Amino acid sequence: MILTKAQYDEIAQCLVSVPPTRQSLRKLKQRFPSQSQATLLSIFSQEYQKHIKRTHAKHHTLEAIESYYQRYLNGVLKNGAAPVLLELANEVDYAPSLMARLILERFLQEHEETPPSKSVINSMLRDPSQIPDGVLANQVYQCIVNDCCYGPLVDCIKHAIGHEHEVLLRDLLLEKNLSFLDEDQLRAKGYDKTPDFILQVPVAVEGHIIHWIESKASFGDECSHHAYLHDQFWSYWNRFGPGLVIYWYGFIQELDCNRERGILLKASFPTDIVTLCHSTV
Amino acid sequence: MAAVLESLLREEVSVEAAVRWIARSAQSSEDDPGEAAALSSLQPLRKEFVPFLLNFLREQSSRVLPQGPPTPAKAPGASAALPGRAGGPPRGSRGARSQLFPPTEAPSTAAEAPLARRGGRRRCPGPARERGGRGPGAPEEGFSGESVPWAGGRRLRGSGSPSSPSLALSDPPNLSNLEEFPPVGSVPPGPAGRTKPSRRINPTPVSEERSLSKPKTCFTSPPISCVPSSQPSALDTSPWGLGLPPGCRSLQEEREMLRKERSKQLLQSPVPTCPTPESGSPLPSRTGSLTDEPADPARVSSCQRLELVALVYSSCIAENLVPNLFLELFFVLQLLTARRMVAAKHNDHEPSPDALDSLENPLFQSIHDCVFFAVQVLEHQFQVLSHLDKGTLKLLAENERLLCFSPALQGRLRAAYEGSAAKVSLAMPPSAQAVSFQPETDNRANFSSDRAFHTFKKQRDVFYEVLREWEDRHEEPGWDFEKGLGSRIRAMMGQLSAACNHSHFVRLFQKQLLQMCQHPGGAGAAVLGEAPDVLSMLGADKLGRLRRLQERLVAPQSSGGPCPPPTFPGCQGFFRDFILSASSFQFNQHLMDSLSLKIRELNGLALPQHEPSDDGESDVDWQGERRQFAVVLLSLRLLAKFLGFVAFLPYRGPEPPPTGELQDSILALRSQVPPVLDVRALLQQGLRARRAVLTVPWLVEFLSFADHVVPLLDYYRSVFTVLLHLHRSLVLSQENEGEMCFLNKLLLLAVLGWLFQIPTVPEDLFFLGESQSDPFEVDTVASEHGLDSVPVVDQQLLYTCCPYIGELRKLLASWVSGSSGRSGGFVRKITPTTTTGLGAQPPQTGQGLQAQLAQAFFHNQPPSLRRTVEFVAERIGSNCVKHIKATLVADLVHQAELLLQEQLVTQGQEGGDPAHLLEILCSQLCPHGAQALTQGREFCQRKSPGAVRALLPEETPAAVLSSAESIAVGLATEKACAWLSANITALIRREVKVAVSRTLRAQGPEPAAWGERRGCSHA
Repeated sequence: MILTKAQYDEIAQCLVSVPPTRQSLRKLKQRFPSQSQATLLSIFSQEYQKHIKRTHAKHHTLEAIESYYQRYLNGVLKNGAAPVLLELANEVDYAPSLMARLILERFLQEHEETPPSKSVINSMLRDPSQIPDGVLANQVYQCIVNDCCYGPLVDCIKHAIGHEHEVLLRDLLLEKNLSFLDEDQLRAKGYDKTPDFILQVPVAVEGHIIHWIESKASFGDECSHHAYLHDQFWSYWNRFGPGLVIYWYGFIQELDCNRERGILLKASFPTDIVTLCHSTV
Repeated sequence: MAAVLESLLREEVSVEAAVRWIARSAQSSEDDPGEAAALSSLQPLRKEFVPFLLNFLREQSSRVLPQGPPTPAKAPGASAALPGRAGGPPRGSRGARSQLFPPTEAPSTAAEAPLARRGGRRRCPGPARERGGRGPGAPEEGFSGESVPWAGGRRLRGSGSPSSPSLALSDPPNLSNLEEFPPVGSVPPGPAGRTKPSRRINPTPVSEERSLSKPKTCFTSPPISCVPSSQPSALDTSPWGLGLPPGCRSLQEEREMLRKERSKQLLQSPVPTCPTPESGSPLPSRTGSLTDEPADPARVSSCQRLELVALVYSSCIAENLVPNLFLELFFVLQLLTARRMVAAKHNDHEPSPDALDSLENPLFQSIHDCVFFAVQVLEHQFQVLSHLDKGTLKLLAENERLLCFSPALQGRLRAAYEGSAAKVSLAMPPSAQAVSFQPETDNRANFSSDRAFHTFKKQRDVFYEVLREWEDRHEEPGWDFEKGLGSRIRAMMGQLSAACNHSHFVRLFQKQLLQMCQHPGGAGAAVLGEAPDVLSMLGADKLGRLRRLQERLVAPQSSGGPCPPPTFPGCQGFFRDFILSASSFQFNQHLMDSLSLKIRELNGLALPQHEPSDDGESDVDWQGERRQFAVVLLSLRLLAKFLGFVAFLPYRGPEPPPTGELQDSILALRSQVPPVLDVRALLQQGLRARRAVLTVPWLVEFLSFADHVVPLLDYYRSVFTVLLHLHRSLVLSQENEGEMCFLNKLLLLAVLGWLFQIPTVPEDLFFLGESQSDPFEVDTVASEHGLDSVPVVDQQLLYTCCPYIGELRKLLASWVSGSSGRSGGFVRKITPTTTTGLGAQPPQTGQGLQAQLAQAFFHNQPPSLRRTVEFVAERIGSNCVKHIKATLVADLVHQAELLLQEQLVTQGQEGGDPAHLLEILCSQLCPHGAQALTQGREFCQRKSPGAVRALLPEETPAAVLSSAESIAVGLATEKACAWLSANITALIRREVKVAVSRTLRAQGPEPAAWGERRGCSHA
């Protein structure tokens, strides 16, 4: 699951041309049978997010919002049960959840005296039944459940997967009898930056000393890796020394270039672990 | 002054008397009345003798060493003119054009000389950069500005090519621009002949005599590296020149002048194929047009005269009357390895027999004379030589000239070489690790507000981001610290609003500094430190080739001659540039506070004092102590260097040192500023407690960054006076009870000698210093066994602190490379010599990884954990040896006694030769010594864990505890077993011997006494 840059580029190129749907994902799977579903999904999701980031602004102009809102109103007027909002989002190539948020914001602006706060909107997106308008609530719900890259549902899934891998990692550490401090313990001690696990006694992985392990339940592409390096990995290094990052869904091989410096990338729990020998008579 | 030398040569005065006279002024009763009379008439000239002698030797050697080493200062007004030299220039005339240098007063000569000296120095392994536009700041700038008119030219020369002789030769201001550089300031009354050079400068002759030969330039050239480079980046290597001082010519202009001058010289030179007869230069062998003159002892012109001068010179060295011991040794080795002599113009030096005793005849009339003189001096300096590193000793012992002139000295050197412990330390360069986060000092509770806490969090990350970028990029050509990182650093410093954050940041900065730079192996410096060892491991043949390869491939690897300017090698450059770029008053103040505190703390550290005892096992203890001493000393030197750098930063500038009224007002102003750290008190305390060996080396680092005014201030002047007296008192040949150990002395002599060559230290200081009243008396009652009398300094520490001593080896090595070229013709095709595994990272063996893991284990633990584990290992290791002695060795001794009894019973009273008996016993018993290791291991295994457990907090996590225990076991075992495996046989032998003689004595006194004597020679 460690891809070369060239392999990764091929997949990414392929993704540009397909819509962000489950069908596309299936096609992708056929095209790249050697890659695991999870890796492809992760790359798919990341590429889609990049695409949305690039086009985000154009959907947020006042004119665009107004036109989407009018189309929504016209649509539900014709048939309130039809997936108006979802189809609109697909048509204009925007993430359904984000489209739902856009319309919800616009709707609330019209119906409430005060502009809606972010937390109120987030809360309504998480639980559409709170939306005062039943039709809109239904439309928003359809968007959220059909969005495979954005929205509270996806966030929830991602969080769960992330947590699952942390638990998996914890079990592996326990199994290997490596003692550690986890994030919560570190926070309690007042650490300002907290990797998932700090090893109480460092070990060597493939000849490199590591002090901490960070679990990432995603694919390590350039964009996300650089962001992580800047916000997390180097900060850990600055405080705890060299460490290990596990990208459970793989990463681009070329990114594993800081081994000598003290950031080691792996796509699974390492097998080559050397611990401090306890001398015996 | 010459009169003294002449009366010596005429044997009117004995050398001993003369040296006594120089050293102590008062005539002693030992002096012959005639001598006393001869000398007392010369009394006023007494303190000028040594500078005269040194200058005389430099002058005399100028035909073989056109780039002779810097000569020391002479006392102002000293006359170095040779008497009766026909055609000599008018003496004492101010601004006489025929003079080499305008007879300037001290400051301006000082300015000229050091610059010249520095001109060819490579600043540091890292690329120095042109920091145009930056204000005064870098020490380099500070020094470079000593003399504005000269600075440009000098710097350019240095920048053109560090240590490039061919460039150095064509120093335009030196040769042709006397008009442009008229004498400055007042001239001290008194004759100033043309042979009056100042410290560190050899006169560039304008006299006819040498205008045809190569002009003598200042000693700038580390002998190895002489590839003229014309890359633009070479500019950067200007050791002191960061930015040109105002008023200096444009570089372009200067370059143009250089070019012209060089071509002019090429045209003029009557010796066309000899660009530089500089000793040790591999250039000749590269051009292939120069053959070394063979040296022949039979052709020495005047042995007696040379012997006498060598004796006087050596005596001055031995009495520490010369400022820098190693500089003189370097000079002597240059003479030893001189390749050929430049023909004098008036080739009339057939020695007139009647004038042998006068100074009119050149002292060195041929290569033979030079080599003879050098070997004579080396014979006198054997004691120092024998303490040099193995590589230098090898090269000396293999030097064919030395063998030819003094087989006896060669034999002694060979013996010293064979006896010297091979020390090729490939200390693992410490990785640039970050300072670990310690909740006790770093968590939220240590900050005044959430904001301060989070700000510091960001600052830590920016600091390391900057550091990483520097690591990646500072060697790229064209990369500039200020341009690349300056704004980011200042933005970060700008956020340090709260004073509390400043102290947090300074703590981080200082810890990181110690972590990265304390070990000399740190980054860039590692390369410098290790290269010579690699070289000495190769044979002479490979060495020559490697040299040439190196010349082609890399910048000169020299550390900058025998007296390099203070530099910031390797990672230290980052910290210096960080301070400069941050240019934050608050930061500097906090940094000074923190550095001062740490210096006081380390300087006052109660280093466990080794009490000399008969017990062999005390060795075990002070092995560790020596290591601890080295760590503390190196840390102190690093901290003091940065303290000096920051503390004197505001006062260093490109301006020349002030004079006259301006100086008075500056002095008045500065003298009321309290010193940043009371170094005088610390020095006095150090001397009183006999801890000079710890205090002086860091003090020297601190003072090496002083600005020009500092030595003029009463406070610092008194510090210098004490140091001068100390320097004089460190006579190496005196090894009395309670004296400072030899290598301790050598270290102090080396660092002090180096300090006295720093341009900001006034040149007259050294030679005038002694005249100052303030007798140097140290009240040593306070402590009988100070650190000074403990052999804490070893060769490695000496070379680590004074890498410039390695220049001696490089000089000798370059002679070898030249020689090999001579014998086999010069090698055009260079086959790369691989030094497998030496430079590269040591392979990751299982053992190495375990050691790394053990090191890493402590990284994120509180410092007390490490201290505890090390303490336990130390004590258990030591106890282990004691235990083995009390059990295993005692048993063996008992067995020996029984065996002896048996032997005596079976063989009758005579028993045979007791020495023979001892041999028999030892051969039977010593093999049992092997058990010591097993037992020792078992002892450490058994004792260490309990001790660790008892000393660590109850709450220590189990995994941490068990790792700490096993590391303690490992360390204790290592320590005990290392000692045991090296010493157990000798220990058993010694104990058995004692038992044998005791038993025999009980049998009858006579054979016992005999046996003891015989036994001694065997044991």
